[in-house]
Amino acid sequence: MPPLLEARGIVKRYGALVANDHVDLTVAPAEIHALLGENGAGKSTLVKILYGLVQPGEGAIAFEGRPVALASPAQARRLGIGMVFQHFSLFEALTVAENVALSLPAETPMATIEAEVARLSAAYGLPLEPRREVWRLSVGERQRIEIVRALLQNPKLLILDEPTSVLTPQEADRLFETLERLKAEGRSVLYISHKLDEVRRLCDRATILRAGRVVAACDPRVETAASLARMMVGADVGEVRTAAHEPGAVRLAVSGLSLAAADTHGTALRDVALDVRAGEIVGIAGIAGNGQDELFAALSGERGSAAGSVVIDGSAVGAENITARRKRGAAFVPEERLGHAAAPRFTLSENTLLSGHATNGLVRGGFVDRNAVSGWLQRVIKAFDVRMSGPDPEARALSGGNLQKFVVGREILREPSLLVVAQPTWGVDAAAAATIRQALIDLAARGAAVLVISQDLDELFEISDRVAVIAGGRLSEAVPARSLTRGEVGLLMGGIHGEAAA
Amino acid sequence: MRIVLERRDDRPRWLSFASPLAAVVLTMIAGAILFALMGRNPVAALKVFFIDPLSDGWALQELAVKATPLILISVGLTLCYRSNNWNIGAEGQLVMGAIFGSWLALATHGTPNGPWVIAAMLALGALGGMLWALIPALLKTRFGVNEILASLMLVYVAELTLDYLVRGRWRDPKGFNFPQSVNFEPEATMPLLAESGRLHVGFLIAIAVALTAAFVMARMIKGFEIRLVGEAPRAARFAGFDDRRTTLLVFAVSGALAGLAGIIEVSGPIGQLQPSISPGYGFTAIIVAFLGRLNPIGALVAALFLALTFIGGENAQIAMRIPLDVTRVFQGLLLFFVLGCDAFLLYRLRILATGRTA
Repeated sequence: MPPLLEARGIVKRYGALVANDHVDLTVAPAEIHALLGENGAGKSTLVKILYGLVQPGEGAIAFEGRPVALASPAQARRLGIGMVFQHFSLFEALTVAENVALSLPAETPMATIEAEVARLSAAYGLPLEPRREVWRLSVGERQRIEIVRALLQNPKLLILDEPTSVLTPQEADRLFETLERLKAEGRSVLYISHKLDEVRRLCDRATILRAGRVVAACDPRVETAASLARMMVGADVGEVRTAAHEPGAVRLAVSGLSLAAADTHGTALRDVALDVRAGEIVGIAGIAGNGQDELFAALSGERGSAAGSVVIDGSAVGAENITARRKRGAAFVPEERLGHAAAPRFTLSENTLLSGHATNGLVRGGFVDRNAVSGWLQRVIKAFDVRMSGPDPEARALSGGNLQKFVVGREILREPSLLVVAQPTWGVDAAAAATIRQALIDLAARGAAVLVISQDLDELFEISDRVAVIAGGRLSEAVPARSLTRGEVGLLMGGIHGEAAA
Repeated sequence: MRIVLERRDDRPRWLSFASPLAAVVLTMIAGAILFALMGRNPVAALKVFFIDPLSDGWALQELAVKATPLILISVGLTLCYRSNNWNIGAEGQLVMGAIFGSWLALATHGTPNGPWVIAAMLALGALGGMLWALIPALLKTRFGVNEILASLMLVYVAELTLDYLVRGRWRDPKGFNFPQSVNFEPEATMPLLAESGRLHVGFLIAIAVALTAAFVMARMIKGFEIRLVGEAPRAARFAGFDDRRTTLLVFAVSGALAGLAGIIEVSGPIGQLQPSISPGYGFTAIIVAFLGRLNPIGALVAALFLALTFIGGENAQIAMRIPLDVTRVFQGLLLFFVLGCDAFLLYRLRILATGRTA
């Protein structure tokens, strides 16, 4: 039997970044096929190409044995390719049937749609009430609407982008039953995930991507979670920095920290505990969306928590805001450069003021001391070699690497006693990344406690003294980086606790 | 073929000045077409509308008198809009300020008093406007109520309250049953700046307010906070600014300024309370704020231009028997063109030739 979908030599470049580097993918009829990989491995780019959202630079795609050019999602749907995205596009104020109607020709009568929704939800085990408003529904029910929408097109191939990342275990089980039914009808499913146990349980084949390349195509049912994890994160262990000094007193102590998810796509923190001592760097590994945003918000004070759950230098600060924590000598670098760490349309001077207005002597009696701000900015630019056009450009005019050097340098120059930094080198060129990592190591050597939240395992192994893994809002114990292998970290990142010998 | 609006990454500086000027020119052109359709000579009509009010000293004084409330209100609105808080109810805050301030004027009526009366009236007026504006602000910060609707609807509550008072308890007993209060005592009226004409101290207050606001926005940490909350809310939280407190602050300030405008109108050009005390200054000020690029100094200039449309409209009614409603049409056209030109400031129009759409 010819494959349902065959992609050969797909290449997609974004500037210097090669998101897909000669990727091959074959999906057989009546197969549940897993696409596995870390964040940034190129999974999303590949499925966007297969759904006609993104055009590949090179490569050929064949569907049911015939070569096709997928110029738009509409064309992909006509061929029989459906997709359910991770983020839903639903109108909360409309009913289930009305939301479905939006993807159908305008003249379709509502009664027909309601009947069709009822039929599909019965046939595939997707319980839905056509007349309920979406805002009343759980995330799992909302996902069912998206699946029903896709099924209305009678697809031969259904692509699901990390469908269980927002589901409860019970909802996930129900989804798997639906997918099995689709398979029994002869339809294929392309299933994107990084949850290894799920893939082993559900999928017939797996294609594993790392850094834009296919590193393996295998049968996940005969692999172990450990072998899949090794393929996903790379078996080669990089250089591990040995601790050059003895860690000092505990500067950041987190215990019993629980925090609700920030939104429906977030992950609640559950009973997180962690200590960071003076002079050490602790790394937190994990795949995006496993509670990192919530952890950063709780540590920085952007969101409050129980007073005793966050302790800085012996003082319970859980209920204090970010300004109060800065005054205690803490500094923070969030993951998003533009929009969170810096205001895109504000100048660098104004962005210097943004995080330093309460602590750096930049404001006197409510008046901004422009000379002080300018002096501070010059020091950051000089110490971190921030390259820019003009004396004081807007933040958005800087390249990613230079802006990242600015937002990290802005905090490090304060000589904080505690630095919490998320994704310090995300999307940054190698030279800037090296500058930033060196600055973090030097800061710790001067006696600061440094906490690095990152998805980049190479980075964490390079700079961390100890590493913990966050998965599903739970944090594993932080253990010395030297005693860990990548495979063990990969297992923990996939949410499998207990199997890894820490 | 497909028409696409693409977001501009680079916003040239000259465009941000050109856009309001282009809006004014387009309004004039549209106005000329309108006059021609009404069977009037468009050149003569535009002259009566926009040139004649600038021709003599008395008219210039009137211009300043009309601009005073517009400046006060629009400066407050620039703070609101900059911080992404949409106060549409300045007209109601103006009325509430007039009611609060006038209470003192009526309470002290007929008894000898000093100049403290007008000063206290101004303070009360600001207080009244502020309290009225804090209602939608608190509803927004506490319960997430949309401030656009809440502030707008409170306009009608304020107007009907005023109507009730001047037809009832506060009506002049010797006023032949006209729905109006007594004329305010001299201590309860705004001091005039010139022997003849109606120009009063309020105009100086308005200019001082605009300059102060410009300074606060550019040089003080509070202004930075207000701009940052509107521009990048997440970065504002990271900076340690509480957006709810900012919302309360800008509503309080803009309400106080609208209330001040209200009591200045009543104690200045009008001299008493009556059912209608404003030709829609609170709404026109929204146009002023946008025409002035949400900048207090810009608002000052734009207020003078919008004041011209009020006087021009009256002139055109007298000289050419054009309905007064044309003023509103002009103001509406102006807002339409300002927002339209701003769209081209933020976006670039591109026409794509494509076979099919997705």
